[in-house]
Amino acid sequence: MSTDIRSAPETSSPAQGPVRVERRLSRLALWGLYLAGIALGAALSAATGFSITSTAVYGVVLGTLAVYVATRVVQGRRKATDRLVTCLVTSAFAVAMIPLASLVYTVLSKGLARFDGDFFSMSMFRVVGEGGGAYHAIVGTLIITLVATVISVPIGLFTAIYLVEYGSGRLKKAITFFVDVMTGIPSIVAGLFAYALFTLLFGNDFRAGIMGAVALSVLMIPVVVRSCEEVLKLVPNELREASYALGIPKWRTVVKVVLPTAVAGLGTGITLSVARVIGETAPLLITVGLITGTNLNPFDGRMATLPVFAYYQLTQPGTATQAFLDRAWTAALVLIIFVMALNIVARLISRLFAPKTGR
Amino acid sequence: MKLRSSTRTLALSTALAATLALAACGASNEDDSSSSGSDSSGSSDAPADLSGDLAGAGSSAQQAAMEAWQAGFQGEYPDVNFSYDPAGSGAGREQFIAGTTAFAGSDAALKDDELTAATERCGGGEVFELPNYISPIAVIFNLDGVDELNLTPATIAGIFTGAITTWDDPAIAEDNPDATLPSTAITPVHRGDDSGTTQNFTDYLNQTAGDVWTSEPDGEWPLPGGEAANGTSGVVEVVTSTAGAVTYADASRAGDLGVASIGVGEEFVAPSAEAAAAVVENSPAVEGRGEFDFAIEVNRTTEDASEYPLVLVSYHIGCVTYDDQETADNVKAFMEYVISEDGQAAAAENAGNAPISDTIRDEGQSAVDAISAG
Amino acid sequence: MTATKAPTEPPSQQRVVRRPGDRIFSGAARTSGIFILLVLAGVAAFLISEAIPALTASSEDIPGGEGLAAYIGPLIVGTLLGALIALVVATPLAVGIALYVTYYAPRRIASALGYVIDLLAAIPSVVYGFWGLAVLAPKLVPFHEWAADHLSWIPLFAGPASTSGRTMLTVGLVLAVMILPIISAISREVFSQAPALHREAALALGATRWEMIKMAVLPYGKSGVIAGAMLGLGRALGETMAVAIILSGGGAATVNLISNSNPSTIASNIALKFPEATGLGVNTLIASGLVLFLITLAVNMIARWIVNRRADFSGAN
Repeated sequence: MSTDIRSAPETSSPAQGPVRVERRLSRLALWGLYLAGIALGAALSAATGFSITSTAVYGVVLGTLAVYVATRVVQGRRKATDRLVTCLVTSAFAVAMIPLASLVYTVLSKGLARFDGDFFSMSMFRVVGEGGGAYHAIVGTLIITLVATVISVPIGLFTAIYLVEYGSGRLKKAITFFVDVMTGIPSIVAGLFAYALFTLLFGNDFRAGIMGAVALSVLMIPVVVRSCEEVLKLVPNELREASYALGIPKWRTVVKVVLPTAVAGLGTGITLSVARVIGETAPLLITVGLITGTNLNPFDGRMATLPVFAYYQLTQPGTATQAFLDRAWTAALVLIIFVMALNIVARLISRLFAPKTGR
Repeated sequence: MKLRSSTRTLALSTALAATLALAACGASNEDDSSSSGSDSSGSSDAPADLSGDLAGAGSSAQQAAMEAWQAGFQGEYPDVNFSYDPAGSGAGREQFIAGTTAFAGSDAALKDDELTAATERCGGGEVFELPNYISPIAVIFNLDGVDELNLTPATIAGIFTGAITTWDDPAIAEDNPDATLPSTAITPVHRGDDSGTTQNFTDYLNQTAGDVWTSEPDGEWPLPGGEAANGTSGVVEVVTSTAGAVTYADASRAGDLGVASIGVGEEFVAPSAEAAAAVVENSPAVEGRGEFDFAIEVNRTTEDASEYPLVLVSYHIGCVTYDDQETADNVKAFMEYVISEDGQAAAAENAGNAPISDTIRDEGQSAVDAISAG
Repeated sequence: MTATKAPTEPPSQQRVVRRPGDRIFSGAARTSGIFILLVLAGVAAFLISEAIPALTASSEDIPGGEGLAAYIGPLIVGTLLGALIALVVATPLAVGIALYVTYYAPRRIASALGYVIDLLAAIPSVVYGFWGLAVLAPKLVPFHEWAADHLSWIPLFAGPASTSGRTMLTVGLVLAVMILPIISAISREVFSQAPALHREAALALGATRWEMIKMAVLPYGKSGVIAGAMLGLGRALGETMAVAIILSGGGAATVNLISNSNPSTIASNIALKFPEATGLGVNTLIASGLVLFLITLAVNMIARWIVNRRADFSGAN
């Protein structure tokens, strides 16, 4: 979709002849200035008791400042502001990488210990202490998330379509507003709601994976709606009008023109929403609980799920503590891998189905 | 268009097929129930003829022990579909009373109004409460070079109320003449969640620490402020990573941290399985309960140095009479295994709890024998 | 496509729905919307009906013994404080990330970078909790001490500094990391959709890259950023497990971010207390859930008001 116009070459390459001859700072000089700033930051940090964090903070601030001042002197205010923003934006990205790297390192270093065949082929059925696996929890998570997705995506997508294509007046306003409200339902309240709903309908001793799926749907639907709505809004009206002009009925316009145009964004939105709920612990704790064996039927009986499994392995380990912790971190690693796989699938979908743009 | 939708179908069906394939191959350890079990072999030679469901829920403190019990129980009775949901004691008692589960695991005995409701749930019949999971609670600290300390109840209370702020406080030094106490500040860490451990710890302080501790026993930490952490793992993690921190937690989770011996009478007693079982055995029963209701009030003020009064007692609660034969048989067989020496040993190995004494086992056996359908 | 059609229908007047396909499709869309309202009404009804016993109970019976307001008050402060820190930290960062990925990063790796940030959304909240507890909190202890020494004139950093780092500040930062991918993913999407013609026009007029973004991209993406921020705020307000694991909570209401006695948050308090709660305790917890629900309602009302004050740049208006 994206037809980015990048102005990077123009700011740095001297090949582009400006009309008026002006002095420029070469890219090398800019990097030199930035590094000098960081070196100064390190020195400052060393003076006040060395630490990596203060080095980074001082360094980035001073480096950015050095680049800004130099550009300002040599090339003027506008270029300087541009460089400043470039520095800030890049720093923002770098800052966000720090927790990610730390998290991934933590999960990998602790999770690889039990990332073996047994983990994927065994359940905890009759396993005491070491060994065992999370087969039952993996299957449970897949089933419950799949059911939740099957419930949420049609409802969410249709609602988004309603809001963007059909909706008008008070109903549209009400839905938009209350979807926002729904995003704020704490996950545990969604769990309590699903629990109350099913015990009301099917009696006290009813426990099934579907309860968890419904709880997750309550959390998932607003995310689907909100992100799909945002993406659908961005489909240019010209496309719709062109389609109408050809005499295509509205619903076919939506299905054949609007949705394919937005499919990349829809994929991202839905993947995000799945990612949002697949690691959800609290509502599943209340609704589906935890068992040690495998249950493939989401309509009868408790099920194990990865987040709940990980939670109890972490919080209620036995005397062989390390074995429990290893299983917990591996479960977390598997969860992350699932979402990564989902992301790849979403990307493939958008690549396969997105219409070719003219550019 | 045509090509696209077929690609889409292909992608979806591939994903579905992958899920189904994963589901179809099954867990390798669930196929043969005879070989994969652990060392457990039940005490009774009962034929493996039980079947149907057995659902329990409740105390999460029992989770590790329950894993061991489940493994052993299902080794004997592979056809019983057993599940235990570690949802918490309160939830466990509520689910039992509502009839969702056949039995509950609970860190506290039924309250009077709950007992009435439970009796109703059991069709007017009796309710059994067996103190099957006993775990000594240790006062655990992280202090460089100090592995053990002697602390009187009043000192412990002083530490946790914030009256004693450093480790070289005279109150601590007095009982530990041999230890080199640093002047590190004390960071008391308490449980942030509502827990049976806190309930028992505050009950202990309330009964033994005199004027130093004035709060009533409560599952929620009664004092405002202070360092709080979630669950046993949480408090242990914080104490491990913070120099000078101290907390209370299951003794089995102390790891490399220092463990305090607490003042009992004139002496100091370190947490041990034997001492914990001993205090439970010698504690008075809660009055006015039924014949098979073995709820006890732990004798916190014991002066016997062979007893460790800071213990958590977690119960199994169920009906003496169930509606249907299957549930009655399953509960009976399960409880029989849990109180057996094998069952207690298996739990102790996995969870680090204190096995129950023979006296308690005999009491429990009388309740188990009485379980029937009707 | 299908049979011949009369090519005269005005597109914007959906009242003139004639074809059965259209009727079914719009009916399905409308039904989904109404269904969502019903679900929400169900949640609200459930919360209210379960909260009523706590609302009507005498104040001695409420846990803590000082009434519902005294019980929930600190929790509200904690919830808002944590979410606010998260939002303040995460929103500028997320916008920066989105801009970097869409307009600054080398084109070949841009989508891969976006994907990497999305990974943050993939990490389950329990893992965030344990990462915050085991990795981030100890790392932040020196900052806590420094802030207590040098910034104690600001009420936010009044101290005394926590020795474990498990404070509202740490929680806010972890929440910020958690909502970062949500805000940045949506911002990225809207930024990359900014009309190419506008951007090219800006560049053609000699604008620097930043001026192009300021004039052609940001105005277009504003509503998307706010929508993303609101989604993120919703998550931060309702986040349960991570807060429950990290925060040393249970204290009185305070804006002091760096001491070890912090007000807990509503959601984490429910998670911590619910398993062992019975009777009126359950009702009290659900009443606090109702309050959180109302807070979200209010927050969204404000956000919507902000969005509506500005011109809508949506392509479908």
